[in-house]
Amino acid sequence: MTIPTTHPAGTRTIESTVPVGAVYAAGTPMEESGPLADGPVVSDETVAPLAPWSGALRAGQVLTIVDLGGNQSADFLVYNATETDERYSVPDTLAWQANAYLREGSVLRSNLGRPLMSVVGNEIDRQDTIGGACSKESNTLRYGYHTEHQHGCRENFLSEAARYGLGARDLVSNINWFMNVPVEENGTLGIVDGMSAPGKRVALRAEMDVLVIVSNCPQINNPCNDFNCTPLRMIVTDAPAAAPTGTDHA
Amino acid sequence: MPSRADLHQTDSVVAARADARARATETAPYLPYRPASTSPVVPPGVDPAALTWAETVAPGGYTHKVLARGTRIRLDDPTGRACASVILYNALEPSERLNVADTIKIPWQAYLGAGHPLLSGDGRALASISADTSGHHDAFCGTTTDAFSTARYGSADPQGPTPSGRSRFLLAAAKHGLTGRDLPPSISFFQGVHVEADGQLVFRGSAGAGAYVELIAELPLIVLIVNVPHPLDPAEDYLVGPLQVHAWRGEPTTAADDRFTATPELTRAYLNSIDYAEARGL
Repeated sequence: MTIPTTHPAGTRTIESTVPVGAVYAAGTPMEESGPLADGPVVSDETVAPLAPWSGALRAGQVLTIVDLGGNQSADFLVYNATETDERYSVPDTLAWQANAYLREGSVLRSNLGRPLMSVVGNEIDRQDTIGGACSKESNTLRYGYHTEHQHGCRENFLSEAARYGLGARDLVSNINWFMNVPVEENGTLGIVDGMSAPGKRVALRAEMDVLVIVSNCPQINNPCNDFNCTPLRMIVTDAPAAAPTGTDHA
Repeated sequence: MPSRADLHQTDSVVAARADARARATETAPYLPYRPASTSPVVPPGVDPAALTWAETVAPGGYTHKVLARGTRIRLDDPTGRACASVILYNALEPSERLNVADTIKIPWQAYLGAGHPLLSGDGRALASISADTSGHHDAFCGTTTDAFSTARYGSADPQGPTPSGRSRFLLAAAKHGLTGRDLPPSISFFQGVHVEADGQLVFRGSAGAGAYVELIAELPLIVLIVNVPHPLDPAEDYLVGPLQVHAWRGEPTTAADDRFTATPELTRAYLNSIDYAEARGL
């Protein structure tokens, strides 16, 4: 896996004065893994560090997100593909399951309380949906004004959402796959060292036709990316073909 | 038993008008007081003349208001059964709105209480919690949807006895040109939830009758409040008490206030709000 830092023609390195965020160190271990669901692969894409991604899934398809380098937060939003006013809702998801963390079996519910996707595979003890996304604006509160021009997930969400006619009104609290946000007994909470590792996966089955928007988190001020932003792999698979049931196949 | 029509003489316009105007002497337990200075339950220490909002919200009801920067807002739970779910917007640019994740992440604290800011997604304090005698609040579960209320109570008809919180928020939002797209997760006051070590969300309910919460508007706000049972309230019945709302003129947080310097994150949140307000000439 390489970061596209060279000229499209591959002939020379482009120089720039833009303070692009830091990406992973050379030699970082990566594990490619593979889909965490049976069925034919429909698409298989790598999301560069710091970059956004989006994809449409039909009901029944499964999205496997692979944490190639380990402890790389995949900030995640999901919408009803045809009626985007219906979108992921943290409180509905948490209240229906009466638990603050996502695990295998968790149902990602919409603001109408309906299942958008289900967690059908998960290789992390618990997944976060209370920590929200980072932004340039909130970075100034959390880390100081020197972070104002660092890239953030909200920038990725806004730029990717704009491709679908969605904007700031459409961003809601999100999921952070592979991020670790414990809530302590006295309510203290925060982002701490992750529990993921290279090649760990989560698999999400679409329960309706959905639009997924992901930010490969560029945060470099806390451990949500292990201070070493790495790529993500997004694999979409169809539901396995049903077994033949009779003799009427041509 | 006479029909209701028998109680009224409305067979001419003049009679109907007189009958309608006679209705003004009636009252109800849940209503706005206008002018606000006529509130029968003015909060202690508040000059009635400074009040800009006084209302008792019905069980299952909702309310909403546009408030000036610096306004003090007090919510009272007189019965211990209110559940005030709240969404805030920057009244000047409503795409800036309450961000529950930032509101708990940036202060490093999941449980709301005095001194806690209510943050937007734009790095600014929309409001501050300036006083809290309850300590039983929730930033995890939001409010109920029609699907949830139907599963729990058998119906979520907005005109019926078991409306959902989201349907109430939709109505409140519509009064300000906002739609379902504009409803982010809400926070709830007076009904608490605790997070266990394994993540289980345990309903802690109310702190009892008589609790109140005070907020300071750090920017001009659209305030939406719904008063419906908490999603994790285990009661089979739809039991929610009235909610008293008061607001009065005041000043936003400045560097002279202790809360301004309580944490480095708070200092910058207030600096960002003040920067916005001063640039806009507020």
